[in-house]
Amino acid sequence: MSYMFTVSPDFSPDRLSGWYIFNTWMQRQLGVDIHLELYDDFCAQRVATYSDKIDLIYANPFDAAMLVREKGFLPLVKPKDQLDEALIAVSESSPIAKIEDLKANVKIGMTEDPNVNMIGMMLLESANLNNSNIEKTVYDSYVLVAKSLLRESNEAGIFLAGAFDDLSNMVKKQLRVLLRSEIEEIHHSLMVGPKLADRRDEIKAFLTGMNQNEKGQGVLDSLGFKGWDEVDDEEMEFMIDLMDTLAT
Amino acid sequence: MINDMKAEDIVGEYKEVTLQLYKVGPRKILYTEIETPFPEGKLIVSTTDKDGNITHVNHAFIEMSGYTEAELIGAPHSILRHPDMPPAAFNDLWDTVQKGEKWQGIVKNLRKDGGYYWVKATVIPNIRNGQVVGYTSVRRKPSSIVVDECIKLYPTLF
Ligand SMILES: Cc1cc2nc3c(=O)[nH]c(=O)nc-3n(C[C@H](O)[C@H](O)[C@H](O)COP(=O)(O)O)c2cc1C
Repeated sequence: MSYMFTVSPDFSPDRLSGWYIFNTWMQRQLGVDIHLELYDDFCAQRVATYSDKIDLIYANPFDAAMLVREKGFLPLVKPKDQLDEALIAVSESSPIAKIEDLKANVKIGMTEDPNVNMIGMMLLESANLNNSNIEKTVYDSYVLVAKSLLRESNEAGIFLAGAFDDLSNMVKKQLRVLLRSEIEEIHHSLMVGPKLADRRDEIKAFLTGMNQNEKGQGVLDSLGFKGWDEVDDEEMEFMIDLMDTLAT
Repeated sequence: MINDMKAEDIVGEYKEVTLQLYKVGPRKILYTEIETPFPEGKLIVSTTDKDGNITHVNHAFIEMSGYTEAELIGAPHSILRHPDMPPAAFNDLWDTVQKGEKWQGIVKNLRKDGGYYWVKATVIPNIRNGQVVGYTSVRRKPSSIVVDECIKLYPTLF
């Protein structure tokens, strides 16, 4: 029997090889064939998960909710010290000094990333902005959102905070952060589907122990993670409830 | 447990009123006109049991309420009840979540020091294995326009 593994399309392009290395390591630990299938966009990935093709997933919080509630997925682990936060940034030269300076019909650049956009819209809400009174443009990457601010085709951008921090210093110097979320409860998670559920405890154990041996640490380094922390069912349920409250 | 508010905890000039709290009885409230701004970018999170007794609070909750975690855990959520909030809002809250639905509203909350802070609150039932085991409330910074509307509307709802 072979299994299918996928990674939320919001991973950094620098980590592409890291996910292949991780998949090889997983196959060795589990003694089974796992095929890593990466999708270009959120929509294609969601179609695959809905058609029950996926057995193992590194999911963003938005998809994690759907996978637990509708597809019987179970959480395994989350990366240490990596939270999903969003931020609103403008060009350094922009006259906008605070969130409240953004007015109705403001042009906002963003990606398709559903949880980042949800948190971003929450940050904008206090400035009386919502989906119906902003002009959105969707880009394929955060680099393109950044460029749209430098070109002044947008007045503000919604970023995954981690992706913003990873922009080149050259680009970051020309941007200014108006507001960064500090939710501290929302994170990506590695999860198993029903076909691998009976091996959940075993998988959890070798993932949480991964940073205790040199080989495992090397694999983690290629992903940019310090290690994995266990996620139990209640922590996942709490995160899903919290996301539910933010959805509207 | 909720105690009467004490003058020595209050910062600034205050007014006094007694509120009847559900399952608690009368509570002496001392309240001021001092507003604490919502912490930008944060969420204020709490969880209660089925009766509305607090079971979990995050850092932002502790910071904004002015109480210690020990004072909050086990206390009825009405510890934050501000006298300017119309009772109808909380009746609606409980009716909605007891039906298993999500409730949203703009709430003026009372701090231990007598001050207040406005929030946009969303309360949902926590459903585990098909059973409601408690409720979670997540509060974010409300839009200023909506708060201004509530400042006008709420006094008419008593
Ligand atoms: C999860 C949850 C969160 C609540 N948060 C608040 C709150 O922040 N402020 C508040 O005054 N009441 C809150 N309430 C409502 C209180 O339980 C209570 O109904 C309200 O303070 C009015 O007091 P009374 O019911 O004793 O009249 C919350 C209830 C639940 C279930």
